[in-house]
Amino acid sequence: MYVAVKGGEKAIENSLKLLAEERRGDSNVPVLTLEQIKSQMAIAVDRVMTEGSIYDRDLAALAIKQAQGDIIEAVFLLRAYRTTLPRFGVSKPVDTAKMAIRRRISATYKDLPGGQVLGPTYDYTHRLLDFDLADHHVNRPEAAPTAPRAVADGMPRVTDILNSEGLIEEEATEPETRQVADLTREPLDFPADRDVRLQNLARGDEGFLLALGYSSQRGYGNTHPFAGEIRMGKVSVEIEPEELGFAIDIGDIQLTECQMINQFQGTAETPPQFTRGYGLAFGQCERKAMAMALVDRSLRSRELGEETTSPAQDEEFVLYHTDNVEASGFLQHLKLPHYVDFQSELELVRRLRGEYEARRQQTAE
Amino acid sequence: MSIVDRRGESRIEDRQYWMSILSKADPRQLQKIWENTDAKPDFIHLRQPETGLIMVRARAGGTGQRFNFGEMTVTRCTVVLKDGTQGFGYVAGTDRRHAELAAVFDAMMLSSEDREPLEEWLLAPLAKAYTERRQTESAKSAATKVDFFTVVRGEGPK
Repeated sequence: MYVAVKGGEKAIENSLKLLAEERRGDSNVPVLTLEQIKSQMAIAVDRVMTEGSIYDRDLAALAIKQAQGDIIEAVFLLRAYRTTLPRFGVSKPVDTAKMAIRRRISATYKDLPGGQVLGPTYDYTHRLLDFDLADHHVNRPEAAPTAPRAVADGMPRVTDILNSEGLIEEEATEPETRQVADLTREPLDFPADRDVRLQNLARGDEGFLLALGYSSQRGYGNTHPFAGEIRMGKVSVEIEPEELGFAIDIGDIQLTECQMINQFQGTAETPPQFTRGYGLAFGQCERKAMAMALVDRSLRSRELGEETTSPAQDEEFVLYHTDNVEASGFLQHLKLPHYVDFQSELELVRRLRGEYEARRQQTAE
Repeated sequence: MSIVDRRGESRIEDRQYWMSILSKADPRQLQKIWENTDAKPDFIHLRQPETGLIMVRARAGGTGQRFNFGEMTVTRCTVVLKDGTQGFGYVAGTDRRHAELAAVFDAMMLSSEDREPLEEWLLAPLAKAYTERRQTESAKSAATKVDFFTVVRGEGPK
């Protein structure tokens, strides 16, 4: 059967114009600047960078503006732009122990060295709508107070404190020659090593990881987690360009890191001890980092010899469905013309319906 | 004189220090310093400013197995001065001018016989501005540090 596939150019052109007009909104209202998005919608920017998997505040702000605030669409735009850029190289592993701390809390130790630093957080807000913010003439907020002394440098990680007692598993060491997997270059393969899983989770959709982490908390493969430490702040990124032959510092990026500490009964080979789950996100994405740490720990069930019975422990199920760009693309392809497919389905249902009616008539007689 | 010879003269750590200062500088401040530079050297581009990606690596648990965490944009540029000195600029983000100025100043640092004046009018103000930004941020966070006090639970005076 022949189906016309041409046509609609004018309609598409006009739809794009309509979209551009809608995006601009009321022309009496000043146009939104990227600076405004970067500074006043900073956490949306952070989320787009994390799931878009590119740290660049300007590009993420532009993507948010272009997508009218549709975060998943903005992530898609950033991922698409990525394909136009060459890869210059890889950085040295960032050292989060040397983070310039802006926030650092622990739910396991009250008096930890360096202290609990709340930083900018929604944790203690009343979650009541603040109508003062609705008034755009509202004066600037009171300046945040400064302490006479800065936050101490090089705050020890809570996991390192536990380590000194030998009550928490040590992170696996590895030869520096080991090839690090890269999902932007090689497809997902199973069983997946932890480097693959962590990269996948770091790029993964916050909502999906949140739901999976939540399911594990509710008993679908409970991992008995404690938020050992959450820290947010800036780390410097070092690269070693070939033409120089030595490492250089190219700038600072802001990160949120979560170390989950989980109860573990031990096995015949391993003594009872705490195990770990790790979460890391660009910017200030605390919920994402926490959810990632829960799911990372759940996915370690195989290597820890635990029974895998729940969705959050099933690496194929989890890792194949974290990517919201892929998921959104597959979902939205349903909008593409399926005229021929549907015609044949229609024929089939008509034929089956005819046979069904005929059978009914026969039984009635 | 080649860059290799130059490198012999300066310790690598010195260069790492100034390159880091130049990368982390506020591009507007860097531009202003350039505008106020009396003896602007002639230079040509060995590599035009170009933007690309660096894959940022991290370690599981902060100390364990390495993994590819996510990428960041980086802009790089290479210039060469009349005396043959090559300067490199690598900066986070997409600011081409920033990468270019970082490369030119890197070359100027390498080629100058006496670095002290450059350290004074170039590096010192950039380093100061960076430290101040950091200090302010840190002092604001420090003000949110929790001071626990223990409410003594006792049996009361006997």
